[in-house]
Parts: sequence; C-alpha cells; structure tokens
Amino acid sequence: MYLYDAFDRTLVAERVAEFRDQVARRLSGELTEEEFKPLRLMNGVYLQLHAYMLRTAIPYGTLSSAQLRMLAAVARKYDRGYGHFTTRQNIQYHWIKLAELPDAMADLASVGMHGMQTSGNCVRNITTDQWAGVAPDEIEDPRIFAELIRQHVTLHPEFSFMPRKFKIAVGTATNDRAALRIHDLALRLYRNGAGETGFEVMVGGGLGRTPFLAKTIKPFLQKRDVLSYVEAILRTYNQFGRRDNIYKARVKILVHELGPEAFAKEVDAEWRSIKDGNLALDAAAVAEIAGRFRYPDYEKLDDNPRELAAARRADRGFDAWMGNCVANHKLPGYAIVTASLKPEGGTPGDATATQMDAIADLADRTSFGEIRVGHEQNLVLPHVAQRDLVALWRELDAVGIAVPNVNLVSDIISCPGLDYCSLANARSIPIAQEITRRFHNLDLQRDLGRLHVNISGCINACGHHHVGHIGILGVDKNGEEFYQITLGGKADQNATLGTLIGPAVPYAEVADVVEDIAAAYLELRQRPDELFIDTVKRTGVEPFRERVYAAR
Amino acid sequence: MTSPLEQKKIKVTGPVVVTANRAGDGAVVYRRADGGWSNELDAAAVVTDAAGAQRLMTGALGDDRHAVGPYIAPVKLAPGGQVRPGNLRELIRRGGPTIELPAAPRAMPKRDYRIAEPVHSQA
Repeated sequence: MYLYDAFDRTLVAERVAEFRDQVARRLSGELTEEEFKPLRLMNGVYLQLHAYMLRTAIPYGTLSSAQLRMLAAVARKYDRGYGHFTTRQNIQYHWIKLAELPDAMADLASVGMHGMQTSGNCVRNITTDQWAGVAPDEIEDPRIFAELIRQHVTLHPEFSFMPRKFKIAVGTATNDRAALRIHDLALRLYRNGAGETGFEVMVGGGLGRTPFLAKTIKPFLQKRDVLSYVEAILRTYNQFGRRDNIYKARVKILVHELGPEAFAKEVDAEWRSIKDGNLALDAAAVAEIAGRFRYPDYEKLDDNPRELAAARRADRGFDAWMGNCVANHKLPGYAIVTASLKPEGGTPGDATATQMDAIADLADRTSFGEIRVGHEQNLVLPHVAQRDLVALWRELDAVGIAVPNVNLVSDIISCPGLDYCSLANARSIPIAQEITRRFHNLDLQRDLGRLHVNISGCINACGHHHVGHIGILGVDKNGEEFYQITLGGKADQNATLGTLIGPAVPYAEVADVVEDIAAAYLELRQRPDELFIDTVKRTGVEPFRERVYAAR
Repeated sequence: MTSPLEQKKIKVTGPVVVTANRAGDGAVVYRRADGGWSNELDAAAVVTDAAGAQRLMTGALGDDRHAVGPYIAPVKLAPGGQVRPGNLRELIRRGGPTIELPAAPRAMPKRDYRIAEPVHSQA
C-alpha cells in the first residue's frame, strides 16, 4: 500500500470543498451547464444516458480494504448498490445525483480517493500491472514510477489543458499485463545487456477510431531521467498537438504525422534544456516514495504445502480454480489470486457492494488488507498464503467471484455500451452476457484455452476491441445495432491490432459468430496446446472468415 | 449575433419531441407543451415540423437551470395516440438499461428505473 501524506489529504479535501461550492452554485442557477461542465469533468463527473456518472481513480490499481469498503459504502448510500470497474483502473458509479456528489466525494476523500484527472484533457490516472510488487517476472515495483509521475502531473497547470487526454502506463515485468502499447505514453523498465535498468519509452499508442500501437522513441532511458523526459514529451505534445480537430488531437496522430523519429527529435531538443534541472531524480527522492509503498510482513513459508495438493485432488472445482485463478507469487508459500468479475450472464467488471465488502474482509484475513484492480476488469488479492487458498476459494465462491474463467472466453472485457453510455452506438453488455451463456460449459472453455473477447459499443474503443483475440465493435446501421468482428488482436508484450473479418453482423447473430469462430479454431489448431491467437497468426483470418460467412 | 440554434438548420421528417437530462439528478426528461418538463414521454409536446421543434428547443435552451443538453429526438405515435421512443437509444433512455442490474432487488427495481416524482418547472 502507498501511504498518502498530509499534503495529499489536504489537496483532496480542498477539492471536495471547492466542488461542493460549485455544485451549490449550479443547483441555484448561478452557474450554467456550460460553465459547470468543465468543472465537473475535472472531478470525473460525466452525464450519461440516465444519470450523472462519477469516475473515481484507483491509482496504479492498488486498493486497501478500507478503500474498497468505502467504495461499497458509496455504492450503497449514493448509487444503486454496485460499481463498475473499468479498463483503466477506475471505478464508475452510474446513478449518482448531483446534489449528493459532494457528500459522496467527501466520503471517498476520507480514504484518500478522488475523481481528479479521470476526465478532461489532462494526464489521466496512471495505470500499471495489477501484480505490481508481487510478480515473479518483475524487476522493480512499477508503482514507484507511476506515483512519481502522478505527483508531478497532478493539477499541474501546464498539463491541465492539453490538446486532448493523455494516458500513461508503466510496466516493469517481462510479461506485459498493463497493455502498454495502447497508451499515449508507455514506460517499460528492463535490464539491458550491461545489466543496467532503464526505460524503453513508447509514445503514440491508442485505440479509438484511429488505432495505433505506441512507437519506441527512446530505447533506453536512465531512471534518473524519467520525469524530465516525460515532461519533455508532454511539452512537445502541448506545443504541436492539434487543437483544431478533436479527432486528430491525440498524441498518436502527432506521432503518426510527424513520424516517430521527428517526434523524438523534438522531444530530445526540449529534454536537453531540462534534463539536468530540478526534474532529474535524485536517489533520495525516489527512495522516499518507494519507502511509502508498504509491503506486508511476509512469513517464511514453503511452497506447495501438502494439504494444497490433497485439496486439489479432492475437489475438481477447487482444482480448476487453482489452475486458472491462482498465479505464482515472487515469494515461496504465497500466491496471487484473481477474483473474476465475469460470472455467467453478468456484467463484466460490475461488483455489488456486498461483493466489495466480502472481498475487503477476505483481503484483511488473507491478503494483508490489499486488493488490486486490473485493466481486464477483475480484482486481485496479491498476497495470499498458499495454506489459506482452500478457505479463500470457498468464501469467494459463496459471493459468486470464484468463477475459474480468467483469460478464458467468458472473461470478457466490455465497456458499458448503449445501456449506459451517451457516446455508444450499440449495446455491449448483453452481447457479453449472451456469449458467457453460450460458453457456460467450463470444460469447453478450458479446451478453447486462452481466448480474449473484447467488446466496445462504439468506435471510442473503451472495451479495447482492437486488441481482443476476438474483437467486437458495435456500430449503428440505419438505426439497427450491427457488430464488426476482428481477429488476432492482443495487448501483451507482442501487441497487435486485430484484422476485420468481413461485413458487420446483426445483434442477434454475434454470439453465433463467436461460436462459429471457436468451432473453426478447434478444427484448425494443429495441437490442443496451440493457442487461439497462435492459430489465427498461423492461418490468417481467411479460414475464420469463410466459416463465419459461409452460412450468412 | 446569430445564435447556434439559428446557424444549424433543424430538419424534421416525422414526429419529434425535445428531451434532455434533469439538472439535479440527470434523469431523462421531456419538454411539455406548457414549458415544463416531465419524465413521462406521453406528457411530451410532440411536433412534426421544424418551426415547432425550434420553438420547443428555444424554450428548452432557456431553461438550463432545470435541464441539461436538450435535443430533438424522434418518436413514433402508436395507434392509440401513445408516444413511443423513435429509436433504440431513446428506448433505453426512457426505460433504463436493457440488462438486469446487479444489485440486490431491494435497492433496485427490476425493469423500469424512471424517477417516480413528476417534474414541474417553468421556462
């Protein structure tokens, strides 16, 4: 956990007081909506189809049990008893009343949470690997650098009115679990041939109507330079990014139009003038931030206690969950547990207040009071002793969050779509729900293996459809919902954008199409362990296209 | 100075209403003929020409304190005279999400999430 200091607490509390005054003036008519809108957006308050929506940041996806309990309490008191975890390590409440927003924000502020920079043309919530600090393949805790940048850019006047929003992700592990290359700016820490650690800097990624993977503009950046280099990138974007056309305003367009080399040259020119100034990191400042990330007092435990193996043999359900939801921890005797928020027929990423409270209690008992949120819209208990796994599984199962479907076809990433969102053209959630029903047989899901289905209800791509193994994009065709299908996308360290397989299909046929694609894969794969994504890579989309459209 | 409304020509090809979100809670509301707002579509003023739509919009834009983001939305008229949403988006705005919400039934009525109390505000 990260311990916020008095400065952070004051900043958040002052923001609540300021917003309370703004809301009062809006409700009295003193402020028009035109005047109020930018103020509410600075606090993550959107207006959706049916109500105001409050988006709250979960910096680098780390939550304490007290924070999760407060998220549950806010869901109960001010919303409709649930919240929606998003693809950017945020939570959204979809039914908040304007008059109650200041009180909800004050409650969130009491545990150090807020909606600042979850909207608007600023640096958004900085995301990272949900296994930060516990992953065996990690070099250093990425949250230290995410927090450094967060402190620098929070309410920074120079970066509060950029051409468009700016999303940063930080990764420090061999396996990319933070979808780095689809961010405006991605920092990947690695060890070079000389044994030094530094960052690969990638810029200009993003999905939406013009999808791009981020390009490397600096193959190796010393850690001491990370803040000055980020500053130079933001300044370059601020100076050259387009403000005349919202569809061309993201940094990806600038990088694409200038070319990564020319963009890097501009950044370097800016950087040279500031790199040895006060943004150069000194080890003491980094150590101070690192010191405020508190790690549990782990016990010295042996790996794979004997009772665990016996429990796996005794119960097929537990064995399936162990094989699917439990990952290796960097320390022996511990495990990382993913709690799937993707039950059959459910809304991906939604958790009820009851579930949030239950997970908070379980985190206190089994995970040193800590919970993580991943961009795949699941929750994680990062520090579970292996001896506690059986009991934990039973309790998670009791509240419906022990579904062993992580990374399987029913572990769907989905935006809220037209059921909630004022930007959407088509519904996402019912499509996801129908797919989970079609593939309710867990044996079939396991046979299909790793298979990511990502669904967006509009071209803005909040559901990351371009990087789904199967991507589904809702479009409007003369007032009817249609869906474009892409195959072969992925968001890991070998990120790829998917390929469109053919004409869009109507709402009622989307789940049929996914079944057709799954059936084609089972026939096409060379071996049972050839993953779906590898089969698509080997064969291309043509055989899948034939299968899908032969009968249509 | 020409107002944005006058700059943008309103095209009306069938029955339409003016709808917005209530300022206090964001609930969906419809412009009534008497200049107030209602959360019932049946109470909405239905017009079929550009002049009528513009009149409703002018009034709606002048009532920013009570309703946000007014726009012209298509409707269908049922044989009995009832007003029905003209497209899926408007159907969902009126009736709520098409999915069952995840919270406990006590906190969450199942199908119709319209705010019960009527809205009475004058432009």
